Amino acid sequence: MAIDARPPPSQFGARLRRALGGRSGWKGLIAQLLFVAVLCWIGYAIVDNARDNLTNQRIASGFGFMSQTAGFGVSQTLIPYAESDSYTRVFLVGLVNTLVVSVIGIFFATLLGFLVALGRLSPNWLIARIAGGYVELIRNLPLLFQILFWYLAVLGALPGPRQSVSVFDSFFLSNRGIVVPRPVGEAGLDGFLVALLIAVIAAIVLPIYARRRLFDTGKPMKVWPWSVGLLIGLPLIAVLIFGRPFGFEIPALKGFNFAGGARIAPEFVALTLALATYTAGFIAEIVRAGILSVHKGQMEAGASLGLSRGATLRLVVIPQAMRVILPPLTNQYLNLTKNSSLAVAIGYPDLFSVFAGTTLSQTGQAIEVIAITMGVYLLISLITSALMSLYSWRINRSMGA
Amino acid sequence: MSELGSITPAFVRAELVPERAAPVKTTGFIGVMRGRLFNSPTNILLTIVGALLMYFTVVPTVKFLLVDAVWTGSNRTDCLAETLHRDVGACWPFVQAKASQFVYGFYPQPERWRVDLTFALAALLLLPLLIPRAPAKTLNAGLFFVAFPVLAFFLLHGGGLQGFMVSWTADLLSGLVGSLGEAGSELARGGALAVGIGKPVLWIATALSWLIAPLVWLRDWIAASGQPVWIDLGLTALIVTALVAVLTGLRNGGRPLLMTLATFIGIAVVIAWLRLDRGGLPIVGTRQWGGLLVTLVVSVTGIVASMPIGIALALGRRSTIPLIRLFSVGFIEFWRGVPLITVLFFATYMLPLFLPGNFTIDGLMRVLIGVALFAGAYNAEVVRGGLNAIPRGQAEAASALGLSYAKTTGLIVLPQALRHVIPGLVNSFIALFKDTSLVSIVALFDLLGQLRAAFADPTWSTPTTLFTGFAFTGLIYFVFCFGMSRYSLFVEHRLNAHRRT
Repeated sequence: MAIDARPPPSQFGARLRRALGGRSGWKGLIAQLLFVAVLCWIGYAIVDNARDNLTNQRIASGFGFMSQTAGFGVSQTLIPYAESDSYTRVFLVGLVNTLVVSVIGIFFATLLGFLVALGRLSPNWLIARIAGGYVELIRNLPLLFQILFWYLAVLGALPGPRQSVSVFDSFFLSNRGIVVPRPVGEAGLDGFLVALLIAVIAAIVLPIYARRRLFDTGKPMKVWPWSVGLLIGLPLIAVLIFGRPFGFEIPALKGFNFAGGARIAPEFVALTLALATYTAGFIAEIVRAGILSVHKGQMEAGASLGLSRGATLRLVVIPQAMRVILPPLTNQYLNLTKNSSLAVAIGYPDLFSVFAGTTLSQTGQAIEVIAITMGVYLLISLITSALMSLYSWRINRSMGA
Repeated sequence: MSELGSITPAFVRAELVPERAAPVKTTGFIGVMRGRLFNSPTNILLTIVGALLMYFTVVPTVKFLLVDAVWTGSNRTDCLAETLHRDVGACWPFVQAKASQFVYGFYPQPERWRVDLTFALAALLLLPLLIPRAPAKTLNAGLFFVAFPVLAFFLLHGGGLQGFMVSWTADLLSGLVGSLGEAGSELARGGALAVGIGKPVLWIATALSWLIAPLVWLRDWIAASGQPVWIDLGLTALIVTALVAVLTGLRNGGRPLLMTLATFIGIAVVIAWLRLDRGGLPIVGTRQWGGLLVTLVVSVTGIVASMPIGIALALGRRSTIPLIRLFSVGFIEFWRGVPLITVLFFATYMLPLFLPGNFTIDGLMRVLIGVALFAGAYNAEVVRGGLNAIPRGQAEAASALGLSYAKTTGLIVLPQALRHVIPGLVNSFIALFKDTSLVSIVALFDLLGQLRAAFADPTWSTPTTLFTGFAFTGLIYFVFCFGMSRYSLFVEHRLNAHRRT
């Protein structure tokens, strides 16, 4: 008895089913339809309610308020701003302040984090314990607590301007913040900047050249004396030729406050300090785990090839550790940027503080203001993680993995 | 032989070599000192730097907190250097005076036993849950995660009940059907396409309203009767017991049936004890809550509520159904991409606009919703890591046995995955506990908020008040977070016991 061959299942039907409903086929499609229907219904309810509520409260929806006059002052502005400027300008001022505090915080957090990690791995018992104690203490206290501590207890307890702590009579530390000499451009500035630019470019190009020469001729070349020489020498020559690039405006106590110089607000100092020390505690653990994840044999192999301990660390261990370190490090950078929104607690005019704080309370445009604020933070997060994954991808490629 | 024998030795030792010094000691105090602190010039330098660091941080701290501290007093003058004529450290009378505020906030004095009772109950239920050897984990977990939150709500907030499950289900269903009908009629008035969608929606709504009509009638009858809570409870018990009996069948023995009945008796006892049918305890609005109470309520609710959200999102992200996966990814990435403080603002200012006008929602409740969604997104990523760590073979073996997706996930994959990620989850709980301090920015007075409020009190404003307050609250936060992290280490160690050789 012959068995009739069954026709093969229709490829098109199977593909369609997979595309529409995933592996569960038509059942998945029905689940999706139901899901979308529920989402649509919730969305409809939200829009409907919001429309009713806004009409009842007589709030006009839309982004028209962005061009209205803000009418409030901002204590720290890095781009020109006046009270008569629009809310759009306020938004930009806040954004710049957020970015500044984040970048500076990230820089110091990375530095301190690597130091603490190396301290924890140090063979010196005392240093390892101190670093460990730092990490435990910092990581188990809320960030807002730490920000308030620095702002209220430490910086707030500093003496007033009259009794301020001064270094060389030009740096003043008081409860009004840190006052430092302000650089003022003079005749030689252009030449100095050009020389500095050339030196920086040379310092970037030189290692690439040295590496190519090593591959071509097999002769190693010590790069760092050249780089340091260029970076210091060229600007120095420029100064000798063109004259002083800039002078310093020394602050002085006049009446109840300082005149001249540049003032770094205590809010900024407290926020940066807290963000950097807090994030450093987390970065330290990430770096430590990354270095420990590299097999001990790698270090020994480096030594057996005659590399020095420093060279082994730099050329063999750290690059491999970086692959483990980078993804969580990115997360910490993002956390720091997002956490900078806590500035609202101490009145540093960051994006959240001036926009979701002052602007929201002045205009009452809750939906628009919060949507914009959330969108900007989301965008910063997405851009940062995209950049870091690009970097991580390049490292992986150069490692041949 | 003879050649060798003829050689006369050039030198034969006649006396003993002088004793060499014993090898450098590597054990004991001296050994450790020598080996770990002073074994090279760099290390000696590092040790000196470390010792200086310790000297400049630890010594002043101890001096401030203990040696120079003021222990008794009634107002600021007792903590001033001018009155005491010596260096003044921590002002502990300030903490003593504010301690009840730090714990209870503005909770009315005579009602504070309710908070104490809630804390005690929580500790009593939590402790055996944390000790791996303690018996009856399922019952304990059920009590802690389901029964305790409900009881805690009625204890802390007060107030009574108007009905029970039957009424609530009827309310919820009629509300849903009503809103569906409204949406349908709204759409039916719109353009050609909208009518096409609106008409069927309206039909569905009408059909559903006929379907739930008996339930609505039952609810009205219960509400009209003299004892709505008790009648409703009895009806619910009857319905649920019947359902359990039908679903499990009597062949399996009466165990599930007994459990159901016991649950309902427990509920009845609680209702009778707290007099929930007659208004219950006096209501204490959440505006009066504060201090450690708010910190614990927000963090515990956040932890408990974020777990199911996190698990659902993690499963959604791994689902093969495209739209559900897309939604989960978008949802998780959105909440993880924004700071918690914007989430709290969203919950405080935007959420009320999205709800119907007659539906007001409590300030604390809004924050709880925001925190749960936020923590849920973070937990989802942790749980996803655990799900990814389970070998495919586990799920394949389950489907080879003919288990459904729900059973495969619930009985095979999830339990293993959650075991894997306990340390990660505890980490995210610690983060959540610390982040609860942010609620002080949206005008809720948690521990940190109370601390700031206490600083404003002129009776206690001295130069050292700030440091004392920070030291005290810092200690509380540290104890909780450090305790959690040590516990997670302990669990991790225990779960990995089989891996150690």
